[in-house]
Amino acid sequence: MRRAFIVVWKDLLVERRSKETLNALFFFALLLLFIFQFSLGPDRERLAGTLPGLLWLAFILSGLLGLGRTFVVERENDCWEGLLLSPGDKSAIYVGKLAGNLLLMLVVEAILLVLFTFFFNLDLGGALPALAVVIGLGTVAFAAVGTLFAAMTAQVRARELLFPVLLLPVQAPVLLATVKATEAVLLGEPLGSVAHWLKLLAAADVVYVAVGVLTFDFVLEG
Amino acid sequence: MTRLVGGVTLAALAAGLVMGFGIAPREATQGNVQRIMYLHVPSVWVAYLAFAVVLVASIAYLIRRAEAADRLAHASAEVGVLFTGLTIATGSIWGKPTWGTWWTWDARLTSVAILFVMYLGYLLLRGMIEDRERGARFAAVLGIVAAFNIPLVHFSVYWWRTLHQPPSLMKPGPGTMPGIIVTALLVNFVAFSLLYVYFVARRARLLRREAEAAG
Amino acid sequence: MIPEPLIRVTGLRKTFGNHRVLDGLELEVRAGEAVAVLGANGAGKTTLLKVLATLVRPTRGTAIVAGHDCAKDAEGVRREIGLVAHGSYVYEDLTAAENLTFWATLAGLRLSAAARAGALATVELDRAADERVRTFSAGMKRRLCLARFVLARPRVLLLDEPFAGLDQRAKKWLEEHLASFKTGGGAILMTTHSFGRELAVADRIAILAGGAIALDTARGALSADDVQRLYALHAEDVS
Repeated sequence: MRRAFIVVWKDLLVERRSKETLNALFFFALLLLFIFQFSLGPDRERLAGTLPGLLWLAFILSGLLGLGRTFVVERENDCWEGLLLSPGDKSAIYVGKLAGNLLLMLVVEAILLVLFTFFFNLDLGGALPALAVVIGLGTVAFAAVGTLFAAMTAQVRARELLFPVLLLPVQAPVLLATVKATEAVLLGEPLGSVAHWLKLLAAADVVYVAVGVLTFDFVLEG
Repeated sequence: MTRLVGGVTLAALAAGLVMGFGIAPREATQGNVQRIMYLHVPSVWVAYLAFAVVLVASIAYLIRRAEAADRLAHASAEVGVLFTGLTIATGSIWGKPTWGTWWTWDARLTSVAILFVMYLGYLLLRGMIEDRERGARFAAVLGIVAAFNIPLVHFSVYWWRTLHQPPSLMKPGPGTMPGIIVTALLVNFVAFSLLYVYFVARRARLLRREAEAAG
Repeated sequence: MIPEPLIRVTGLRKTFGNHRVLDGLELEVRAGEAVAVLGANGAGKTTLLKVLATLVRPTRGTAIVAGHDCAKDAEGVRREIGLVAHGSYVYEDLTAAENLTFWATLAGLRLSAAARAGALATVELDRAADERVRTFSAGMKRRLCLARFVLARPRVLLLDEPFAGLDQRAKKWLEEHLASFKTGGGAILMTTHSFGRELAVADRIAILAGGAIALDTARGALSADDVQRLYALHAEDVS
């Protein structure tokens, strides 16, 4: 899908030149870490217990910001109608935007993971590959629905409000699965023990991407 | 026609109430409060029915662009949210004397709460888009995503609650219950379904009148 | 045999909420023809353009562009049109060449470096090809928009106040470009609310007032003063 690729290429170019999104998200991630420290206090035990939840909380909050901006470059440059009018299958645009968002989210999550390890003195070591699998599956689900909803809310009045309001309830099962799986993985358990969660995440990924590809035409019609 | 449905609904509801609060046996440990199950369980079944209708109507709308399909989806979502709210309310009322709290993170209540918020979001989306045609399209897409999400919600919440804890006593399985209780539940389910049909029909008609007045 | 008009609008009505913007609009544009639609602000010129560009669905009536129905076959229409409107459709952080690459690839065209250079040369942007669009003037941005259509070769050009904000040189260039588009067999529909040289490229002038075309006549039959007088007349009718 050359057209999907050209969308990713364009977004990467714009991001590289303007450097808006990644910089802001990096600082946001840093701030989140501080806020977690301050609100939960220095008690190591308490922090360790809530770590999986905190990690995903950080991912989701950053994701909301990042995904919400999916089409901001189109809005700011007045190109939304241009996308609409380009002939051909619109799902290529969805796939392109999804790929871009995935990339963005994975980078932010990697940064957050490093920050978490640093601030909370974690020892990820052997758990890292398993953790990567869980994070990967969960992020695809998040980005798939997020990209679709971002397109829907791009032209709506109170988009900054509507976007999280729509996205978060839908993401509830994915969040449950990822936190539980992360919990197990961080305790050193093998991936096999959370196979049911992984299967749920994989199913979610397939469903969300399929629905996104099939319905994006209807969303972009404007 | 609607009046006939309304009449039958009233009769069915009456029958259901009689069965649930009169004829069905009194539960040993929980007492009469347990009778609220005859409202709680059927209303969640009807809520699922409503959201299934939203899914079908949404797909139908996207394929055929029939305004009637859109109105059906809208009305069904509204009534579905209503019954979801009823489920949560009855669940709370059941929970307070039984467990001492208004809210427990019981599998069903949690799932239903997530559904409630999802479809409230659906109604919010409809409310915030002025262009009718665009609102219908976006709502249809959201309706499809939400419906496919329901099994995911189900499984994730159930595993979340039960894998390290015993299942909640608020989850009666039909196979293990005596016949009279099942009958009472079914009667109420039919009654609530009729109520659902009645509400949806009225609401859809109202939506059609509003659309005609505007266009 | 008279060929089918490239644009045919019949009984077009568009209502937004309670506000009926277009009502009973009839218009035709043939191949090789340019029609200028004149109208006051808010008269519905942009709405008409948006209906033809499939950005807005008609409430009633039909709009057919190059044989495709705007409401039922939007994709077909989109393949045949080029829209130059207030939205610039260019990414400010990319260069002219990169913008062209993006839009052409998105439209499904296989773009060679030579074709791209050729298109940029046609719109006289070849020397600015590798500069970021952020530094461009309004005229240059509009030319970049048109470069997309040099590559895509649509049969219909829809232009919303295309001469607005351009300097004399740019206006002259645009006039020539549109003239050669007509010679190539394309149809042009442009909106405007001024009476200057913009009208020179138009073959017909249609005045949009009261939601419909109040007057549709060959430009040659009127002088600029005539046009102005008639326009003021119809604008008064509305208010």
